[in-house]
Amino acid sequence: MSAREYDVVVVGAGPAGSITARFAAQGGAGVLMLERDREPGIPVRCAEGVSRAGIEPYIEPDERWIAARIEGARLHAPGGHFVDMTHVGTGYVLERRIFDTELANMALRAGAHLLCKADAVGLVHEDGRIAGVKYRHNGELRTVRCRIVVGADGVESRVGRWAGIDTAVALSDIDTCCQYTLAGIETLPNLCEFYFGNGVSPGGYVWIFPKGPDTANVGIGVAGHLAANKAPREYLDEFVARRFPDARINYIVYGGVPTACSPRHISEDGIMLVGDAARQVNPITGGGVVQGMVAGEMAGRTAAEAIKSGDVSRRTLKAYDKAWMKALGNTQRTMWSLKERFLKMDDERFNRLVSTFQKVPQEQFDLKSLFKEAIREDPKLVAEVARAFLVTKIRGK
Amino acid sequence: MKVNSSLCDICGTCVAVCPVDAIRVSEFCVHIEMDVCTQCGNCLQVCPARAITVEGDAS
Ligand SMILES: Cc1cc2nc3c(=O)[nH]c(=O)nc-3n(C[C@H](O)[C@H](O)[C@H](O)COP(=O)(O)OP(=O)(O)OC[C@H]3O[C@@H](n4cnc5c(N)ncnc54)[C@H](O)[C@@H]3O)c2cc1C
Ligand code: SF4
Ligand code: SF4
Repeated sequence: MSAREYDVVVVGAGPAGSITARFAAQGGAGVLMLERDREPGIPVRCAEGVSRAGIEPYIEPDERWIAARIEGARLHAPGGHFVDMTHVGTGYVLERRIFDTELANMALRAGAHLLCKADAVGLVHEDGRIAGVKYRHNGELRTVRCRIVVGADGVESRVGRWAGIDTAVALSDIDTCCQYTLAGIETLPNLCEFYFGNGVSPGGYVWIFPKGPDTANVGIGVAGHLAANKAPREYLDEFVARRFPDARINYIVYGGVPTACSPRHISEDGIMLVGDAARQVNPITGGGVVQGMVAGEMAGRTAAEAIKSGDVSRRTLKAYDKAWMKALGNTQRTMWSLKERFLKMDDERFNRLVSTFQKVPQEQFDLKSLFKEAIREDPKLVAEVARAFLVTKIRGK
Repeated sequence: MKVNSSLCDICGTCVAVCPVDAIRVSEFCVHIEMDVCTQCGNCLQVCPARAITVEGDAS
């Protein structure tokens, strides 16, 4: 097996890696996925909330990986009042163990291969070009030859760095997270809940994503630069003691969510980065599953075309960088500017924002009416939001 | 910098903020290469499990 040669090796079999592998294989490339863990999707480091519109182009809905159906969101302000948003699209809370496995299986059905317990540890270079990947499997160091390496290796990505793409993020561009899966609790059945405020969760938020009649993923993300003195778990324990004093904790996971500005440079000669590895995460919501899948399709198609054309240099692969920026990357850059504004907001500001939202009738709950209300209530905030958009536009040139 | 392997959840958050790529993750452990580490403290601050300590620090 290790002597085999592939066109494309994908490091990491999360959602981004599996979709990349599927589209590259469908385009005629020989593809191998290397996954460090024993199987894709485990352990789950995710609150598992996704929009229906985001995932359904890639997979048929299946009860096996749908834990709950979501009709909207409730936003809680630090002062205790809240606003419901029920006209902003529907979603699922996933069973990601099963979801990720199914995405990997779809790649295999398209002709890709998968090797688990295979920990990529470096690149193979030949005549100044990328010629393969070194990995550890059952304690043995092996190499696999290929022409394109795709780094789909998550928040802990190193593939980019091996190829000279600096993917390190600033402390303010990562949320440090702790999540409990709680049982024996009462939640709102079809709403995801979010709690904001500097006392609750500095620079981030607490989430409650229902998974069944009496269970939910309840977690917290704290902005890295505000996490020096108190660990996210301490904030979470305080929150759970207040809201769910009788809960049982079934699972605990830790994790990090990159909330960075979308980098423009995500390919190199023989190298492409997708998903968390390319910091393709919405910096305001922290959602990265759909982003990784959208990028995976583009990366997989571009990789297959590059293999066909015989040119795997950045000249060809940068078509992927461009497609990503156009589809979601530029929006992510705008969101990042907004996040920077939100990071500077005090609790009083949050309270005012939520009171403003409360005045908008549900049926009219879209960005336009929000904007209209917000102008009336808090012209300064609107000016700041507008400036955030403007700054991004100028920077985007 | 030292990783306490009984606290570490192998979540990889520390790797993302290390400016000099001094941290390696495997399925079972996380390791900091001290001859590369510049002691900037980034990993310490974002580790959600608080598994990293300054070497020689009593805490
Ligand atoms: C607490 C928390 C809550 C979240 N909640 C949500 C949410 O509700 N909705 C949402 O959309 N997003 C959420 N996210 C973000 C989401 O989990 C990620 O954006 C998403 O998993 C990224 O997918 P990926 O395929 O890029 O990476 P991953 O899913 O992280 O997959 C990367 C894979 O690469 C493997 N790997 C890494 N290095 C190597 C190597 N050297 N060799 C071989 N294999 C390797 C890993 O084992 C892993 O399987 C959350 C994240 C966290 C931490
Ligand atoms: S202290 Fe800084 S340089 Fe050293 S391992 Fe941590 S993040 Fe990297
Ligand atoms: S951030 Fe902490 S828990 Fe996560 S891998 Fe690094 S040392 Fe381990």
